[in-house]
Amino acid sequence: MNLYSKEIMKHFKKPQNVGKIKNPSGLGKVGNIKCGDIMHLYLKIAKDKKEREVIKDVKFETFGCTVAVANTSLLTTMVKGKTIENALKITKEDLVKKLGDVPAIKMHCSMLAVDALGEAIYDYYKKEGKEIAPDLQKRHEHAEKVEREIKRKFHGEEQG
Amino acid sequence: MKKIYFDYAATSPVDPRVIKAMLPYFSEKFGNPMSLHGFGQEAKLALEKSRKEIADFIGAEIKEIIFTGSATESNNSVLKGLAQANKEKGRHIIISQIEHPCVRESAKWLEKQGYQITRLPVDKYGLLNPRDLENAIKKDTILVSLIHASNEIGTIQPVKELGAACRQKGVLFHTDAVQSFGKIPIDVNKMNIDLLSASSHKIYGPKGVACLYIRKGIKIEPLLHGGGQESGLRSSTSNVPGIVGFAEAVRIAKKDMKKENLRLFRLSQKLIKGLLKIEGSHLNGHPQKKLPNINNFWFDFIEGESLVMQLDLEGIAASTGSACSSVTLEPSHVLMALGLKHQEAHGSLRISLGRWSKESEINYLIRVLPQIVENLRKISPFKTSFKFD
Ligand code: FES
Repeated sequence: MNLYSKEIMKHFKKPQNVGKIKNPSGLGKVGNIKCGDIMHLYLKIAKDKKEREVIKDVKFETFGCTVAVANTSLLTTMVKGKTIENALKITKEDLVKKLGDVPAIKMHCSMLAVDALGEAIYDYYKKEGKEIAPDLQKRHEHAEKVEREIKRKFHGEEQG
Repeated sequence: MKKIYFDYAATSPVDPRVIKAMLPYFSEKFGNPMSLHGFGQEAKLALEKSRKEIADFIGAEIKEIIFTGSATESNNSVLKGLAQANKEKGRHIIISQIEHPCVRESAKWLEKQGYQITRLPVDKYGLLNPRDLENAIKKDTILVSLIHASNEIGTIQPVKELGAACRQKGVLFHTDAVQSFGKIPIDVNKMNIDLLSASSHKIYGPKGVACLYIRKGIKIEPLLHGGGQESGLRSSTSNVPGIVGFAEAVRIAKKDMKKENLRLFRLSQKLIKGLLKIEGSHLNGHPQKKLPNINNFWFDFIEGESLVMQLDLEGIAASTGSACSSVTLEPSHVLMALGLKHQEAHGSLRISLGRWSKESEINYLIRVLPQIVENLRKISPFKTSFKFD
C-alpha cells in the first residue's frame, strides 16, 4: 500500500535530472510558502537550427517532499528539448494530470516546480537583456513575494 | 520484501494473548453490565475485574478509574470537564509547549471560552523545569496538565517534582501518560498525580479503549450524558471486550516490564550509536531521561517526508515531524519547542520500538539508512550549510 500514485512513486524512486548545471543559462530558486521547502532549477538554453531557443538541458535540486521531487522530475522530462515558449505553457494542472492522484494538501508542491521553471527562464531573459512578457513578469513578481515571506517566516537570521 | 515496524509510538499490534482474553466477550459473554440478569452480571464482573487490574497497576483505588473511548477523550474530559466544574474558582490552566494535540487543542478551545492558558517552555532536551511551574501557578490556577513522556522524543518529565509543586500550591495536577503507561513504573500516590490519562492501543491492547484516573473527591463535569455508566462520568454502553483486552494488556506489560525495558533500552542504544555515525545526524530529546523505546533524530539538509517514504520503499515503517508530512504543513511543535529551526525539524525521523522489535531489524536499518540519507542529500540544494540566497 502506498500513500501516493504509481506515477509519483516512479519518479520519486528514480528522480530524473537531479543535480546542478555549471554556468547555467538560467537558474530559478523558489520556495514553498506552505511548508518552507526550497527548489533550485537549472537550465541550459541554446538555439536550434531554426534559430529557436530550446531547453537543451535541465537539472534540479529540492529540499522538499515526495510529491515535490516527483513533480519536478516529471517537469524536467517534459521540458527537455522544448522551446522556451512551449515550456512556459506547462501548468500545475498538466503535472497533476500526469501524476494521477495528488492529495489536495500536496497541490502546492506542484506549483513549486512550475514556479522554479518560470524563474529560471526569467533569469535567462534578464541575463540576455531580453524583453519580459507581462505574463512571465507577473509570475516573477509572485515568486519574489513568496520568497520574501518565506525568509521572514522560516529562516530568520539564516538568510545569506 | 522484509517488513519492519518502527512506529510503535503511533500504535501497536494487539498481542495474541490479549485477543484470546477478549474473544469470549463478543458473542458468548456479550451482556450489558447495566443489566440485572446473569448475562449482564457476567459482563459486569469482567468489567470490574479489569478496572481492578488497571487501578492496582498505578496504585489507584478501583473507583478512581473510569474507562473512556480514547486518550483524546480522557484528555478532553480532564481539561474541559475540570474547567467547567471549577469555573467559579478560577480560569487559569497551565500546560506545556510539548503537549499532544488533544491537550493543545482542548486548551486552545478553552482559551476561546475565556480561560487563560500558560504554556510552559522546555529546555533543549524537552525537559520542563519544576521551578518554572511554581512561578507560573497563580491564585486562580485550577489545573496543571503536563505530558509524562513525549510521544515524539520520548523525554520523561520529572513528574513527581512537578506534582509536588502543584500539591504545595493546592492545584490539581493531570498527566497525559499515554506513552509512559505500561512502559515505565507509575504510582499516582508517590508521584503526586491527581489525574492521569492512559490508552490501550499503545500497549498491545485494542484501539478504542482508554482510561482516566481521577483521584477521589475531585469533581469533574462529564462530556457525555446518558445512562450514567462509569459513575456517571462517562455515559455509554461499556465496551466490555475492549476493556477486558486493555486489562490483559496491562497484566502482560506489568509482568514483563523490567525485562522488556532493558531489552528495548539496549536495542535503542545500539540504534542510536549506529545512526549517529551518519555524518550530520543528531539525536533529539534527552539522551538518558527518555523512554527506552522512542528515538528521534534529525539529519542535515534532507526532508523527512521523503525520508519516511524512502524507508517505506525498503519495508521500514517510521515517522517524521517534518512540515511536509503534517496536515497543517507546520513542523512538529515539539521539535520547535526544543529550539530546532524549521529546516532542522524538516529532517527529523522518529524510530519507535516495541515488543516485536528485533536486533536484526535494528541492524537492517543501520545498514540501509546511510545510503538513503546520501541519496536524498544528492537531491537537496543544501550540501554544507543552510544558506538561503
Ligand atoms: S514540498 Fe513540502 S509538502 Fe511538498
